[in-house]
Amino acid sequence: MAQMKFMCDAERCIDCNGCVTACKNANDVEWGIQRRRVVTLNDGEPTEVSISVACMHCDDAPCMAVCPTDCFYKTDDGIVLHDKDLCIGCGYCLYACPFGAPQFPKQNAFGERGKMDKCTFCAGGPADSKEEEYEKYGANRIAEGKLPLCAEMCSTKALLAGDAQTVADIFRQRVVQRGHEDGAWSEVNRQGPDTAAARMDNLAYDATRQG
Amino acid sequence: MSLFRHVCIVLLMTLLTLGVGSQAVAQSADPGREISTSVGAADADTWRQVRSGEVDANYRDSRHDSNYNLINAAGQTWREIRNHWVTPFGLIAIGAMIVMIALFYVIFGRKNLDERPTGRKLFRWSALERTLHWSVASLFIILALSGLNILYGKYVFRSLFGDAVWGAMISASKVSHNYLGPLFGILLLIILAKFFKHNLPKKHDLAWFKKGGGLVGKGHPDAGFANAGEKVWYWLLATAGVAVIISGLVLNFPNFDQSRDTMMWANVIHAVAALGLTAVALGHIYIGTIGTEGSLEGMKTGYVDEVWAKEHHNLWYEEVKDQAVDAEQLDTPAAGEDERPAPSQPG
Repeated sequence: MAQMKFMCDAERCIDCNGCVTACKNANDVEWGIQRRRVVTLNDGEPTEVSISVACMHCDDAPCMAVCPTDCFYKTDDGIVLHDKDLCIGCGYCLYACPFGAPQFPKQNAFGERGKMDKCTFCAGGPADSKEEEYEKYGANRIAEGKLPLCAEMCSTKALLAGDAQTVADIFRQRVVQRGHEDGAWSEVNRQGPDTAAARMDNLAYDATRQG
Repeated sequence: MSLFRHVCIVLLMTLLTLGVGSQAVAQSADPGREISTSVGAADADTWRQVRSGEVDANYRDSRHDSNYNLINAAGQTWREIRNHWVTPFGLIAIGAMIVMIALFYVIFGRKNLDERPTGRKLFRWSALERTLHWSVASLFIILALSGLNILYGKYVFRSLFGDAVWGAMISASKVSHNYLGPLFGILLLIILAKFFKHNLPKKHDLAWFKKGGGLVGKGHPDAGFANAGEKVWYWLLATAGVAVIISGLVLNFPNFDQSRDTMMWANVIHAVAALGLTAVALGHIYIGTIGTEGSLEGMKTGYVDEVWAKEHHNLWYEEVKDQAVDAEQLDTPAAGEDERPAPSQPG
């Protein structure tokens, strides 16, 4: 069985928010809820970097561990889904999640938050009919053999979604091409034509060649 | 004119050639040149900052209300405290209390009165005090049960009853907890204010502790209107109870935009204090009901037997013993059980 994962190649993300819009469009989520967000660190500085974040469908998911109603479950594909019929809107998953994935439509007195909503990896959720599923959780593209729309529509292919092994292979290939010592996550050494720096290439180079 | 045009064309050609030339250089993928224009990527300092959860002026998030950093490790700390410490030790505290009470009851049994009750009664709790007590007590029990269900229910009831029943159960727990909690808070503060005078520590309380409250064996240490054990319960409610109320309100009103970290810590304080109080409340319930002869009567009718008063609250008994009335007298409507005789108000 596949282990579904997202991977955002920070070197490629151009902060276009196409993934955010694609997600909104595919899942028709409630007003005020945005399952995917783009974070830009050091905005305007030479070290500026952008990363698209949503539910990371963790192996050891904190939301699952702290949920008082036990409404979370993992599909065979490693996708973390939740049952909105069981959710009581306590907000514990929101406390526990390191990625800020769980969101609530309301934030009212007496802990009235409504049902939690988060990225489903475009895999829907538990419901009796397709209509109900779409209403509650949004698209179930996985059932149609398609990947999440955010990744499919990413203009620079920064956001990858799919089986962890495949995603890792694609990223590894990119890293090898770029010549980074430790992937896209390190600072580019800008000095000297020699050594590691000389073996590096950049986004433009990577984008012109397949793989 | 034609010369000028010629010069222009030559210049343009030169520029174009230069342009094509530089483009050719770029396409030849000179690593050094490319590095100078590549995306910088975040350095170690940036990742340290991400880890710390802090957000600086150059942080952008495309979600309108989000002030989360990229990664928030604080939630993991909360998860560990809640799941690895609060959950098991809360169960141990409450379980140990139940076992201790059961053992105590089996070994020592009920604390009976040394003398036979005379049937002469002393007025102890007014109707208002009893109403307050039972309101707070009922709310406490509802909140304790719903709270325990929120913390432990999923390990028991989901597999036992199935999703439909469990969903209704846990939803009812959350709603009752959230709406009755503030009411409990208000009533607890009123009852704390009402019983404040009775529960000021006195010198003889130390002696009471030394004798273990006279819980085991014969003999009764000195006690006023409230004995030292009751005072401990009072001050636990006045400290841990108030902590439960405040932390509960922090959790219950997310509309004031308090941060997630504030709510996580409020949750830990709330759970620890509430579980502790629940464990101690079991002791209070035991002593007040099956554990001691004649105690429940006081909170039920407002009157206690003079023998009970003499044995359990001797100092208070000395103050009010001349106001004792016959039980038969209380049954007549003229006695007006809700009116406390004026001089009986103790210290």
